[in-house]
Amino acid sequence: MNYKPVIGLEVHVELKTKSKMFCSCSADYFGQKPNTHTCPICLGLPGALPVPNKKAIDWCTMIGLALNCNIPLFSKFDRKNYFYPDLAKGYQISQYDQPFCQKGFIELSNGKTIGITRVHMEEDTGKLIHEGESSLIDFNRSGVPLVEIVTEPDFESAKEVVEYLKKLQQIVRYLDVSDADMEKGNMRLEPNISLKINDKGLSNKLPNYKVEVKNINSFRFVEKSIEYEIKRQEEILNENKTPAQETRGWDEDKQRTVSQRVKEEANDYRYFPEPDIPPLRFSDSQITLLKSQMPELPDEKLSRLIKEFQLLKYDAEILTREKETADFFEKAIIDGKKENINPKQIANTIINKKVDIKTMLPAELIKNILSSKKTDNVDENKLEEIINKVLKENSKAVADYKNGKENVIMFLVGQVIRNSGLKLDANLVKEKIKKVIK
Amino acid sequence: MKLNQLTIKEARDGLKRKKFSSVELTKACLEQIKKHNPSLNAFITVTEKEALESAKKADETINNLAIKQFNNYPLLGIPVALKDLFSTKGVKTTAGSNVLKDYIPPYDATVVRKLKDAGAVIVGKTNLDAWGHGSSGENSDFGKTLNPWSKEHVPGGSSSGSAAALAADMCIASTGTDTGGSIRLPASFNNVVGFKPTYGRVSRYGIIAMASSLDSIGHFTKTAEDAALLLNVTAGKDPMDATTLSNPAEDFTENLNKGIKGLKIGVPKEFVTSELDKEVKEKFGAAIKTLEKLGAEIIDVSLPHTEDGIAAYYIIQPSEVSSNLARYDGIRFGNDRSFFGDEAKRRIMLGTFTLSSGYYDAYYKKAMSVRTLIKKDFENAFDKVDVIISPVCPTPPWKLGEKINDPLKMYVSDVLTVTANIAGIPGLSIPAGFSSNNLPIGIQIIGKQLSENLLFRVGNAYEKETMFYKHRPKL
Repeated sequence: MNYKPVIGLEVHVELKTKSKMFCSCSADYFGQKPNTHTCPICLGLPGALPVPNKKAIDWCTMIGLALNCNIPLFSKFDRKNYFYPDLAKGYQISQYDQPFCQKGFIELSNGKTIGITRVHMEEDTGKLIHEGESSLIDFNRSGVPLVEIVTEPDFESAKEVVEYLKKLQQIVRYLDVSDADMEKGNMRLEPNISLKINDKGLSNKLPNYKVEVKNINSFRFVEKSIEYEIKRQEEILNENKTPAQETRGWDEDKQRTVSQRVKEEANDYRYFPEPDIPPLRFSDSQITLLKSQMPELPDEKLSRLIKEFQLLKYDAEILTREKETADFFEKAIIDGKKENINPKQIANTIINKKVDIKTMLPAELIKNILSSKKTDNVDENKLEEIINKVLKENSKAVADYKNGKENVIMFLVGQVIRNSGLKLDANLVKEKIKKVIK
Repeated sequence: MKLNQLTIKEARDGLKRKKFSSVELTKACLEQIKKHNPSLNAFITVTEKEALESAKKADETINNLAIKQFNNYPLLGIPVALKDLFSTKGVKTTAGSNVLKDYIPPYDATVVRKLKDAGAVIVGKTNLDAWGHGSSGENSDFGKTLNPWSKEHVPGGSSSGSAAALAADMCIASTGTDTGGSIRLPASFNNVVGFKPTYGRVSRYGIIAMASSLDSIGHFTKTAEDAALLLNVTAGKDPMDATTLSNPAEDFTENLNKGIKGLKIGVPKEFVTSELDKEVKEKFGAAIKTLEKLGAEIIDVSLPHTEDGIAAYYIIQPSEVSSNLARYDGIRFGNDRSFFGDEAKRRIMLGTFTLSSGYYDAYYKKAMSVRTLIKKDFENAFDKVDVIISPVCPTPPWKLGEKINDPLKMYVSDVLTVTANIAGIPGLSIPAGFSSNNLPIGIQIIGKQLSENLLFRVGNAYEKETMFYKHRPKL
C-alpha cells in the first residue's frame, strides 16, 4: 500500500525578555543557582497575582505577524488546569480560544504553503531535578514567557519539517525575540505524525489516529523520529491494524521512538478565562506600530539582496542565514563603494574566507580586500626574463597548454609569481605568458 | 467610655491631642482580646508583641510630628485586626484551614503594606470560615467563632472573626473579604458597619483568593465615616493587581455630611419577598421610613434576575475555587489535600465538574450569561435611582449548628448579597436595629460602580439619625 505522511507541528519558543511573563523576576534562568530567580508570583504563593509582561505580548504578536497571521483586536488569557509538581499554581496561564495570532502561513522553498493554526502566549513551568531517592524542584524557569506556534497538518516529509523549523528559528532570531538555542531548551519541538492512504488528493480526510512525539530539542532528532514513525506506522497499517493514539518520545540511544502515554481520550484541562487578568484589547494603530518596528525578515532580505546586488541565490542564502552576517555585508558594501569594490567581491570574500564578523569591522574587511589586490610593479624585461626561465623549466606544461589544456596556464602563472618574489597581478602575468608562448 | 470602644475618628482625635497614647489604646484592645477571645474565638493569632512594638513606634512618631504631618499617617497608632486571608510577612496566615496551619508568608499583601504605611497597629489575625467558604463562621479548622451578642448564635461568615472582634471592641477596625456577602452579612449579625468596595477598587494582591472574579477587599468599622477613612488608605491602582482600576485618588469622606435630601433610593421588589423573616422585614420597613424622613425619595425598582443570582454564583464561585485551591497539592506548604475540610472538597468537586468539557457550556458559560443579565438589571435600576437598599440577610442570626448540615440552606442565606459581587458593585452594610431577642439586623446600601462616596453619605446620614452603632453587646 502507498501511504502519505500527515504531519503537524507544535513548537514552543522561549522569549528572551528581561523579566518573566507575569512577575519582575529575571527570565535569564539558564545555569543559575536553583530557586534564586523566584518571587511570590512565580512560586504561586497564596494571594500572589499575575501581571502580564507587555514586551512579551508585543513579541508574540510580532512572531504572529512574521508568520502572516491575523491579529485579533480582542484577546484574553485562560487557565489550563492540571496537576504536576513543576506547576506552581496547579494551572498554567495560557490562551485557549482567543490566541493573540491566528491563521497564518509560511512558504517552503518548494513553493508549498504550511498553514499556521495559531500563535499564543503562555508561561513556562519549573523544572524537576531527580537526585538519587529525591526529586527536587527548581522554579527559576517558572513563569518564563513561552510562545507556542501550532501548524496545520500540512507537512508530508521530515525534510519539509526541518526546513520549516530552520525558517522559524531564523525568523525569531531576526526578530531578536529569542535566542532559539536548541541546547538551552529555548526551542522545543513536538511533531504529530500519522499516515493516510495516498489517493492522489481525492480525500481531505485525516487519519483516525495521531502519534505525538514530545519534547524534542534537536532538528536532527525530529527528522529521525519522523522517519522512524513513518516506517513504524507503515508496518502496522500493512498488517491492517491502526497505530495507537499515543504520545511517544525519541530515544537517541536506541534510535527509535518509545511509547510514553496512551491517550484513552483527550485530556480535560478545564480551561476557563483567567479572572486575574482582564481581557486585552488592541487597536489597529497599535498593530501597525508593531509592524513598523519589525526588522526586514529573512525572505524579504534574500530577494532584495539578489535583486539589488545581483547575487547568486546560493550566496544570498548564506549571507542571510544570520541577520548579523547580512547586516555586515550591507555595511561593507557602503564602505566598499568608496574603494570601487563591488558587492560580488565582498560577498565572495565573506563566504570563501569565512570572515569572523564578530571580531572584524566591515571597514577592515574592505581594507583587507584592497591590500590583497595591491600588486608590485615590475620591470617588463625582468618579467619576460623570469617567464622565459619558467617556461624552459616546465616544458611539459607548456606542451600541455599548447595541446589545449588551457588550465595549465594558471600553474605557470603561479611559478612566475613565486620566482619573482613579488606580489604580482595574476591577470597581467597570465596575459604576458600567453604572449610569450605564442 | 473605654479606649477600645472608640471609633477611628475618635481614637485619632485623642491621639492627636495626646489624651492617650497608642500603647494605651493598643493595650486596651489586647486586654479585651485576652478577656473575651477564649470564649468568642475571634482571633486565630494575636500579635501582641509586634502590636505593642508598633504602638510604641507610633507614639514616638506622634511625639515628633507636626500637626500637619499627622495627616500623612491616617491610621497612626490605630489597632486593626486582619482577616486571616491577608498575607502578613513573618506572621502565620492560615486561611482558617489546616492545610495552611503552619504557613508563614514571606510578604505582605498590598493592603497590609498600605495599612502599615498609614501607621496602623496590627493586633492579630481573625478567624474565618476556612478559605472564606461559609456564611456562619462555623466552618473554621480553628473552631467556630461565637456571636458577641449571643453565644448561642452564629456571628455570620465568612469574615466571622473580624466582625465579632470589632463588635466585642477588641480592635478599632478590622479587614475582611466579600465574595458573596462575607463582609456585609457578618457585619449585619454583629451590629457593625461592613463595607464591600467596587471590584477593582482595592488590590487583591497578597490576599488568599477564594473566587478571583468576585473577591472584594473591604473592612469592618463602627461607623460609615470610619469606613470612608479606611478606604482612603486601601483604595487605588496597584501595579501588582492587573484587575485594579486606574481611577484618580478620591477623598471618600468628602460628601459624608451632605445629607440625603432629594436622593432617589430604590427598593427592589425581588428582595422583599414573603420568604423574608418578619422581624427583618419590619426593621427594613423602619429603615425606609427613616430615610424618607431624612428627605430621600423611595422608589420601587425591579432586579428581575435576582433569583438566578445564587444559581449563577454557585457555579462561577466553585469553578474559580477549584482552580485557586489547586496549588495546595501537598507538595509545598506542609499539609496535603487530606487536610481540606468537607466544604472546600465540596466546592472543588462542584467547580471541577462545571468546568469539565461537555459541561462547561451548560454551566460555566450559562452562568456567565446570567452574570451579564444581572449587571444589566443593576444598570437599568441605576438609571432610575441613586442607590438601592435592601436587607442584608433574609433572617437574623441563626442558632449555632442550625444550618451546618444543610449546605443548600447555608448557601441561600447569601441570596441578597451575591448579586452585588456578581455585578462588581459596592455595598455598605449598616446596623438597622435588633430582633425581639436582641440580635442585630442590618440593611445594605448598594450603588453603581465607583459610587462609594454616595454609599458613605447615605450610611452616615442614616446612622447619625438612628445611632444603632452605639449599642454594645453584653459580654
